[in-house]
Amino acid sequence: MIEMRLSGSGGQGLILAGIILAEAALLDGKMAIQSQSYGPEARGGASKSEVIISEKAIHYPKVTNPNLVLAMTQEAVDKYSKDLPADGILMIDTTFVKSVPEHLKNVYHLPITEKVTAELGKALFANIVALGAIVATTKAVSVESITTAILHRVPKGTEDINKRALELGIALAAK
Amino acid sequence: MAKVLLLQGNQACAEGAIAAGVTFFAGYPITPSTEIAEIMAKRLPEVGGKFIQMEDEIAGIGAIVGASLTGKKVLTATSGPGFSLKQEFIGYATIAEVPIVIANVQRVGPSTGQPTAPAQGDMMQARWGTHGDHPVIALTPASVPECFTLTIKAYELSEKYRMPVLLMLDEIIGHMREKIEIPDYDTIEKPVRKGPRVGPSEFKAYEPDSDGVPPMADFGTGYRYHVTGLVHDETGFPNGSAAATEKLLKRLHDKVERDIDKITMYEEYKLDDAEIAIVTYGGTARSAYAAIDMAREEGIKVGMFRLISVWPFPEKEIAQLAEKVKVIVVPELNYGQMVGEVKKAAEGKVPVKPMSKYDSEPISPKELLAFVKNL
Repeated sequence: MIEMRLSGSGGQGLILAGIILAEAALLDGKMAIQSQSYGPEARGGASKSEVIISEKAIHYPKVTNPNLVLAMTQEAVDKYSKDLPADGILMIDTTFVKSVPEHLKNVYHLPITEKVTAELGKALFANIVALGAIVATTKAVSVESITTAILHRVPKGTEDINKRALELGIALAAK
Repeated sequence: MAKVLLLQGNQACAEGAIAAGVTFFAGYPITPSTEIAEIMAKRLPEVGGKFIQMEDEIAGIGAIVGASLTGKKVLTATSGPGFSLKQEFIGYATIAEVPIVIANVQRVGPSTGQPTAPAQGDMMQARWGTHGDHPVIALTPASVPECFTLTIKAYELSEKYRMPVLLMLDEIIGHMREKIEIPDYDTIEKPVRKGPRVGPSEFKAYEPDSDGVPPMADFGTGYRYHVTGLVHDETGFPNGSAAATEKLLKRLHDKVERDIDKITMYEEYKLDDAEIAIVTYGGTARSAYAAIDMAREEGIKVGMFRLISVWPFPEKEIAQLAEKVKVIVVPELNYGQMVGEVKKAAEGKVPVKPMSKYDSEPISPKELLAFVKNL
């Protein structure tokens, strides 16, 4: 079982990223649950999307022992990485996150939003870049399934740019 | 062809309604139920149905009562504040015997409370929210697939007994996404309403068959009758006599009570050799499965009786459970609601312990395990 929490600010596309990750797991023939919590705002406000992937039935839908926390804002690090064990993966977008808890050993400092804006012209694809980095790091789902799941969810005409965003994320995590 | 999808509980509820043959939705969107309205707005025109966003929740349920009288299968969806507003018409549909289904995706209350956080605080409101003596059927799904199947079941029961059926979801189940296999809707048996067997001139709108349920004529088909929230006789017109009052109220209760074994639905999980029974429902049941698996690994004999139909309450089954186990634990996301019903049914045979949580967070499996170990 792998438990992942994708956190940031409302509008960064993290709920959609969680849905895509869970759909990719189903394509891999696994079980998956996605859930989220958010405030009443449509944009802004802390937002988290949680995904649990397992070979077996998943009972409790919320993450209790995270293996990975993605944090796309400083508030998200402060709020949602508290229960991450020392050897858990913390993945931060250095565009927005300046400080990380000292006890964590496994921190990926990735300039997600900065890089995607520079290379693809829009911050909009940051969530897909993050997915690429998560898949490359955790192998939670296959690259084939995440690609299929992304293409299934994104608007027509944006397939190529989303594929490039995914590749960008995979490459970022490899560094 | 069956399809494997990742759906939210709310989406599965809306799809279940479409699969059951619903062609009319009226309501007012409210978190955390909004996806039901959103999906019905998209899906109903695709199947030749109608969606109306009304001015408020009261109008939403009023419109579905009217549409049901014309023979449509109907749905409205809401959360706590809207559920409060709908209570008056729930009573009206109960006494006027109009089949309707109301989905209530529970959030923290009272009042506007915590719009995006889960709770199970409307369970007693589901039972007694509308005034006066009345029967209630309320179902609580604990998974996304069950949101689909129980929504179809809600229509079967609502059409059969001619009464409102409440789908009591909570934010956990309504908003979580998990795997569901959706069958081809053509393979799903659509609940059918019992129609009149006599012509319009002989038809008495509230003359029951031997099952206590009167056949129902659709408005607009030549049958005319009076629909009222007042106590009425077989003609449908108000009748203020003691005899008519007793007869109607007794029949409304009897049509449900005589079939209670058919209506009652529950699941037993690892209960065979259990010394500790967890009685729970909805989203909290998800914690219970996990906590029970953890406890069993430590050799603690615990199992779950999961309420699927919460109303009518399965008193007989809980009484039998109380004979079998040493203690009953009732975890709920409220200050203690269904625990009172469990205590009543257990009649003091075993201790019944509430585990109430009302801080807007779900009960985690670890918390529940710790509670069980400290008994």
